[in-house]
Amino acid sequence: MIKVTIDDTLIEVPEGTTILQAARMHGGDLVPPAMCFYSKLKGSGGKCRVCLVKVSAGSEKDPRPMPKLVASCVTQVMDGMVVQNLTSPEVLEARRGVVEFLLLNHPLDCPICDQAGECHLQDLGFEHGAVKTRYMEGRRVFNKIDIGPFIQLHMTRCILCYRCTYVADQLSPGRVHGILYRGDVAEISTYIENSIDNEFSGNMIDVCPVGALTDKTFRFMSRVWFLKPMDAHRNCTKCCGKVAAWMHDDKIYRITSRKDKYGEVESNEEGNPNWICNECRFDKKDKNDWVIEGPRAIDRHSVINQNHFEAPYESLLNNRRLAEPKILLQNSEETN
Amino acid sequence: MQITSRAKRVDKKPFTFLERAYLPAIFGGMVITIKHLFKKKVTIRYPEVQREFSPVYRGVHMLKRDENGAERCTACGLCALSCPAEAITMTADERKPGEENLYREEKYASVYEINMLRCIFCGLCEEACPKEAIFLTDSIPTANFTRDDFTYGKDRLVEPLVRPVKHINAFEEERRTAWNKAR
Repeated sequence: MIKVTIDDTLIEVPEGTTILQAARMHGGDLVPPAMCFYSKLKGSGGKCRVCLVKVSAGSEKDPRPMPKLVASCVTQVMDGMVVQNLTSPEVLEARRGVVEFLLLNHPLDCPICDQAGECHLQDLGFEHGAVKTRYMEGRRVFNKIDIGPFIQLHMTRCILCYRCTYVADQLSPGRVHGILYRGDVAEISTYIENSIDNEFSGNMIDVCPVGALTDKTFRFMSRVWFLKPMDAHRNCTKCCGKVAAWMHDDKIYRITSRKDKYGEVESNEEGNPNWICNECRFDKKDKNDWVIEGPRAIDRHSVINQNHFEAPYESLLNNRRLAEPKILLQNSEETN
Repeated sequence: MQITSRAKRVDKKPFTFLERAYLPAIFGGMVITIKHLFKKKVTIRYPEVQREFSPVYRGVHMLKRDENGAERCTACGLCALSCPAEAITMTADERKPGEENLYREEKYASVYEINMLRCIFCGLCEEACPKEAIFLTDSIPTANFTRDDFTYGKDRLVEPLVRPVKHINAFEEERRTAWNKAR
């Protein structure tokens, strides 16, 4: 085990973990944000520069600080390393700059975008970005291409995180899409407008941190904060069949995989991510196809929690404020 | 037994002669009534005469168009989310090629309904709107006989394409003269 200090918090992690994963093991405010890194995809990370942190002491043996800010998702921890995330003004300044660069060519069409409400770029801009844009020039435009009947590609919203190409590489045989061109004209595309029709291609939608890849069967149907995510499962021959069904009343509007608090697909008991197949995601929109387990826990401050007044049953039981009146009653009986 | 100190004892003294005659009391009442005949009226003859509205009055909503006459609303749902009375519902649709002059963005509201019975005219929808599409005007929702008539659809909410400016001005003038006459 290695001892590392992140934002004045001492954490013990196994050797070979990256700074970001060490922070996630502890959780809380000291976790740097991540746009391109996805712990369930090999090789991801190191592209968006959002997770930059300051290493003020390299290790116990060599306590010199690292000369520049480092990307925490690809930098491994050393014994006695001291990392500053939110406590360093330099990091916050750099992150504000990175967010400004990510938003340079972003169309900011959140009122139209289906990802709004669960978009990582929205959260990032809210937490670390500037209030107003300084960019006056025209933004990137692309010729619209159709990449199949299920997935809608909005290239203007893409931040080139490469997550979707990793999904195609690691989940399906023979990827048909990728990044074409270089530099500021780079874009996601399929080769000569090939359509993507692989069994697990729908997971590209889940890993996309922005609204560049969205569900065509859910396109403009509703907004995420009007729907309620429910845990649901079915016996699927191709995938695990464990999904989150986004419902309103008795109607299922869309199916996604179950995501954890970092926006990544949840893992099963063996530690394998619960990717879901296209049949579950796009075809099974009837309530009778699924066994609904119950509402998913949503962060209290999430916009998805807006106008949903029911709390999950377990949190009701654990709620101390609800339990207290009983104690008071017992006390008053004793005093009487 | 006296429960509170505020209880008053009922005066059961017999009436005096003047009180028994009733006439002075009736006369006093008539004086008050007749005095009101010569006072300024507190009511107005409503549909013909209308009171002046405050410049910040919040009345029936209007879905605005942009300078080219295209609808500004993109059915983002933020007005419905912010609405404390849950009076707003909408259905979004995708703009088809050739409809660029009708709708400003790729997405538009095919159905947009505000229930005026539920609406409390707080103006939060106006504040939430990122597209400056919804505004509260100075007109009040008209009376109706059925509940369904209070659910305003796009036909009554969207700003008319060509605003009948002259007609409005004529009506305004008529209203102002009637108001001045009543004064």
